Amino acid sequence: MAEVAAGSPTLRVCALYPDLMNIYADRGNLLMLARRCEWRGLGFAVMAAGLGEGVDPDAHDLFYLGGGQDRDQRLCALDLVRTKSEALHAAADRGALLLGVCGGYQLLGHRYALAGEEIPGLGLVELETIRSDGPRLIGNVAIEVELDGPDGGRRVLAGFENHAGHTHLAAGEQPLGRVLKGHGNTGSSGLEGVRRRNVVGTYLHGPLLPKNAWFADWLIATALGLDALDPLDDTFEDAAHAEARRAAGV
Amino acid sequence: MILETKIALARAAGALSRRSGRGATSLPGKLLMRMEPRAIERLARRLPAGSAVISATNGKTTTAAMVAAILERGGTRLVHNRAGANMAGGVASELLGAARRGDGIDADAGLFEVDEFWLDRVVPQLQPRALLLANLFRDQLDRYGELETIADRWSAAVAAAPQTKLVLNADDPLVADLGRGSAPGRVTYFGVQDDAMALPGMAHASDSKHCRRCGAPYVYDSIYMGHMGHYHCPNGDSRRPQPDVYATDVTLDGTRGARFELHVGAADATVALPLPGLYNVYNALGAAALTSALGASLQQIVAGLAATQAAFGRAETVTVGGRELAILLVKNPAGANEVLRTLALDEGEHDVLAVLNDNIADGRDISWVWDADFEVIAERVRQVTCSGTRAAELALRLKYAGIAPARLRVVPGLERGLDAALGDGAGRLVALPTYTAMLALRELLVARGAAQGSFR
Repeated sequence: MAEVAAGSPTLRVCALYPDLMNIYADRGNLLMLARRCEWRGLGFAVMAAGLGEGVDPDAHDLFYLGGGQDRDQRLCALDLVRTKSEALHAAADRGALLLGVCGGYQLLGHRYALAGEEIPGLGLVELETIRSDGPRLIGNVAIEVELDGPDGGRRVLAGFENHAGHTHLAAGEQPLGRVLKGHGNTGSSGLEGVRRRNVVGTYLHGPLLPKNAWFADWLIATALGLDALDPLDDTFEDAAHAEARRAAGV
Repeated sequence: MILETKIALARAAGALSRRSGRGATSLPGKLLMRMEPRAIERLARRLPAGSAVISATNGKTTTAAMVAAILERGGTRLVHNRAGANMAGGVASELLGAARRGDGIDADAGLFEVDEFWLDRVVPQLQPRALLLANLFRDQLDRYGELETIADRWSAAVAAAPQTKLVLNADDPLVADLGRGSAPGRVTYFGVQDDAMALPGMAHASDSKHCRRCGAPYVYDSIYMGHMGHYHCPNGDSRRPQPDVYATDVTLDGTRGARFELHVGAADATVALPLPGLYNVYNALGAAALTSALGASLQQIVAGLAATQAAFGRAETVTVGGRELAILLVKNPAGANEVLRTLALDEGEHDVLAVLNDNIADGRDISWVWDADFEVIAERVRQVTCSGTRAAELALRLKYAGIAPARLRVVPGLERGLDAALGDGAGRLVALPTYTAMLALRELLVARGAAQGSFR
């Protein structure tokens, strides 16, 4: 394991409910962030926040919320609203990154309406999700995103989606990207995910960062406020990204 | 049209399809089911000793091979979907193959592994004498959906066959819960009773960690694999049932085999299992409990287990290009973790051919490789050749598991990948293929005369 260079910043990650909201191997994302920090001599620290545990809005640079089974997502939604909402709003306000993936993305909005039931959300972004009776939206997906800041520009995110919820953005709320191949937020809007400043949500589920190392680096640089990161040998990363794009047909 | 005519038509179509080179074993059964939706029920009724059904996320084919070895030792002639065609069409095809003129059938009993998603459609028709439900792990979420959904479907299957004896894994909470409220004597539970086998903690990809009745997290006194172990609900709503068939004194002999003391009621005997890993001990316990519920003697069970041949692609070993090639199927995190844990028991460094496909039968979603604990073999590999339709992401997973990039090679085409792996090094090569990769690999090996074909 690489030494942390003296004076280097540490990426401090808060993993929300890592034992419940992890259905599609969300830990791959944390592993990606950890290694890419270590290999550059940057520090990396991850802290888990589970049911009933409070979070310190100032103690983390990046908050991660993954996807879970219906039952677990319900449990976590209620707990988020009860014990963590205020802190997460404060963290977002002061500029910390929040990344919600799959079920975690749905919980960034106001509500998730299922048949005869409503799961509350954090209301960090203006969106709501409605469970569709139609077929689940499943498959390889690729979107085009345009991010400001380090390593930004117009880039492709490739991944896999599997969701029954259709997510509708309120007027003025921006998507994370435009669908090149796949379903996206509703299967018909051509929009995928959400991005408001440092709050990002996407249906590209589970190990999204391994398929898009450039996005992992964008998160690291943005969370730490760095202009550029040292380059790494990304032969394998580039091949995996190209392969995921091919799987989606892009 | 009478059943006999429909059978003849379906057979003729199957023969045509085989001649044209498409080896789909389930095709005649599918056709028959279209002409006669109750074909399985009508043909299974002809079996004088009834049938037994096996379902699980992991280990169906191997467990069925063990059950066959035990029952055939007792002289039972089986109709058995040995090649693993385990949806309704596959079951119907096997029955169709054994059906004889009049009301005859060329077997005493049926033995069917059934896909976990098809169980609630096949079991009501079969009304089996006994049903073995062995484990539920997350697998192919894009195809099967969430675990709880499958548990609900299994529960419906159990309710639709009230005369069927249940054989349930006591150590898997979601499975054991299916026995709740059953009539006395209906359920046989099996499990492991050996603290030396317990893991220090729960694997990351563990499932069903919460009480199915009240939602509280289970408290575990010991964990054997995944979420399987000795658990209880802190609110007292459920606890692991005391197993009727269980293993003590388990010894794992690397990738070669395992030994344990098998207890059936008050009797016990030593089993020398020619298949490796604790996961195969669980398969053997399931097979022992099922055959014991069907009336097999302990002596017959022990002899059958010792004589079990590896099911194809599951711990099968062949010789090719002057090297020994061991094929260990990996298709989901729980199964992969057990295979990796077993590999790590062997001395020395491994040469590995890892093949990741994302065809429909593998699951299009390959996220699961990030849930499998490849870290346990990171220090134990000399060279890994990554192949298959998603070779690059597999190589990336291994890099992030701590394997030096210099030890990793990406060769997407399987035949080239196999040759690259065989050509570099000596001694044993371990192949870790997903399902369709395993079928393709075996086809290559058959073409090279290194393995036997699976279809007659």
